[in-house]
Amino acid sequence: MDAHAHAEGHTASTNLVLGVWFALLAMTGIEVYLAYIHLAAALMLTLLMGLSVIKAGLIMAYFMHLRFERFSLFLTLVPALVLCICLIMIFFFPDGHRLLEMRPPG
Amino acid sequence: MSDGHAEAVAVGSAWAGGVKPYAMSSKKLGMWLFIISDALTFSALILAYSYVRLSTAQWPTPFPFSPAIIFSTVMTFALLTSSLTMVMAVAAAHRRDHRKTVLWLLATMVFGATFVVLHAMEWNHLIHEGLRPWGSPWPEWPDTPLFGGTFFGLTGMHMLHVTVGIIYLGIMAFGFGTKKFKPEDVEVSGLYWHFVDLVWMFIFPLVYLMSVKFP
Repeated sequence: MDAHAHAEGHTASTNLVLGVWFALLAMTGIEVYLAYIHLAAALMLTLLMGLSVIKAGLIMAYFMHLRFERFSLFLTLVPALVLCICLIMIFFFPDGHRLLEMRPPG
Repeated sequence: MSDGHAEAVAVGSAWAGGVKPYAMSSKKLGMWLFIISDALTFSALILAYSYVRLSTAQWPTPFPFSPAIIFSTVMTFALLTSSLTMVMAVAAAHRRDHRKTVLWLLATMVFGATFVVLHAMEWNHLIHEGLRPWGSPWPEWPDTPLFGGTFFGLTGMHMLHVTVGIIYLGIMAFGFGTKKFKPEDVEVSGLYWHFVDLVWMFIFPLVYLMSVKFP
């Protein structure tokens, strides 16, 4: 079983893994920097979440090895997850905007 | 239709049974499915936090650079580094290098424990300031139970996952060291550990970096 896995799946090299780790640390540093340059809340949230999604993608692709698994696994897991999160968001976003608009000033 | 023909169809399709469509064991696929369901649990918690934050007129932003942001940044680095040592453990397990696998697993547990200890200290600061799941102590913002409730709920759920992960890795280190477990078992525990790391990549900016206290 393992010999088979070895023969079939190409794994990430140590250098690649170190590169991913360093990129994750650097992006975390950028996030902390972004928190301190007084950006508008919506812009900061967008930037932080964008970076976080990239970090999550890197972790799944290289640390969790998803890039080296069959593509069918990715197709089974990720679109379903994204769809479910979007379904929660459908309730969240319109009401979230309403809350923002109706909030008393101050 | 002859039986021969039906058999040819069965062999030709990856979905017809008798083969592994994902080319992985059921243990590993099971862990992936658990991770997706757990990801939805955390998504629901994070979105609930976002919702109550949006609906509260003056959400407290109480985290000063020192200690809260320094602590949480070091915690993030510790968790990312623990993921790196976990990758090393899985690679060593596949080489069947039992000694190195156990050492890398122990290193991963040490970084995980660093995260938990720093987080417990960070909780301690806030509890000493007077933060509770049912109220906030800061005079700058109106008293709200939602800050403490979501903060302790979200980070506590994550800390529980890290703690369970440390125990899980300890069992793996013992079982693989005594040659009870296979390399794949280490790999499956690695999937869980990386997922716990991944979740923190969302909690850290949303809970901490969006609530920085400016001097």
